[in-house]
Amino acid sequence: MPSSGLIAHIDALKTNNCRSIVLCSGKGGVGKTTLTANLGVALAKLGHKTCVVDADYGLRNLDLLLGLESRIVFTAQEVISGSCRLGQALVKHKHEANLMLMPAGNPRMMDWLNPEHMQSLITMLADGFDFILIDAPAGVEDGFKNAVAGASEAILVVNPEISSVRDADRVAGLLSSQGSVDLIQLVINRVRPRMVEKLDMMSIEDVLDILAVPLLGVVQEDEQVIISSNLGEPLALGKYKSPAGAAYGNIARRIQGEEVPIPDIDKPAGFIDRLGDFLSTRII
Amino acid sequence: MTIRELLNRLFGNTNTSANSASSRLRMVLAHDRSDLSPAMLDQMRLEIMEVVSKYLELDHTGSELTLETEERSTALVANLPIRRVRKLVR
Repeated sequence: MPSSGLIAHIDALKTNNCRSIVLCSGKGGVGKTTLTANLGVALAKLGHKTCVVDADYGLRNLDLLLGLESRIVFTAQEVISGSCRLGQALVKHKHEANLMLMPAGNPRMMDWLNPEHMQSLITMLADGFDFILIDAPAGVEDGFKNAVAGASEAILVVNPEISSVRDADRVAGLLSSQGSVDLIQLVINRVRPRMVEKLDMMSIEDVLDILAVPLLGVVQEDEQVIISSNLGEPLALGKYKSPAGAAYGNIARRIQGEEVPIPDIDKPAGFIDRLGDFLSTRII
Repeated sequence: MTIRELLNRLFGNTNTSANSASSRLRMVLAHDRSDLSPAMLDQMRLEIMEVVSKYLELDHTGSELTLETEERSTALVANLPIRRVRKLVR
């Protein structure tokens, strides 16, 4: 059941009935692009017309993770410079008719691209989509500022690691001072339950306590993610059952306003694991 | 608290690597968020004391100026123990 308070808040964030969400992290390698690809697929599967925008002009990879690298003809560069129509650059996903990719332009675009260009691109896209997911580059420099310019919401992606949390905090500060982003939510990615249990990795509560950004979801470390990247078939397509794939689906449902409880990270059932479970029983 | 955490606490195993990550982060973020170095903080403390000393006699040894972080906001907290109120000369 959607909660009415959340729905009202989300409604206020829409332009032309479209929600534009930037995924950012500050630090590289935390799983932004993988999350963008999977949430794009998951939202499309829920019936939303979704566009994923590769705003990482320097190191583009969203096309690879979606398996669309060989279908790109035009890019955001041609759209922004006016040498092709919006529809000519958009690449339709092979299996999900509701999902489109707006490919990143040439790395040389970084020399002249500014936040206004990005805003106008997102405004053009907002006419035809329910959701726009923008994959921001790592860092907090111009590329990041461009990626954020067209967004009204942000998903902050963090790993439970000291450097990732510090960088995410910096990004959260920049997002709140930047102005256009009104809702920031947190996805804690690549959590290793075994290490958390042994107190060798910060727990979900630790990270939430420090960052104080509302939690949208938790994804555990999953080898299937690498296999799915090899194949260019995001786990959210549901071809293979996997913990990360299920987590992506849950996050997409929370994005559309459903209240889906965030489960305690899955616990396998061997003797050692059951002992671990017993030791993890909450007593206070 | 979980049973594991209770056992850890009972047997004095509180310096886990997750714990030190948390406490190191809290420390560094208070300064990151405010963009203030400890040296600037001390300079500010001295200048604030100079102003306040016009009105109050302060205990210089007990005064401190610290950054405290709660939720997403950081506060500058000054603790300036007063010896006595100066009579204003008119």
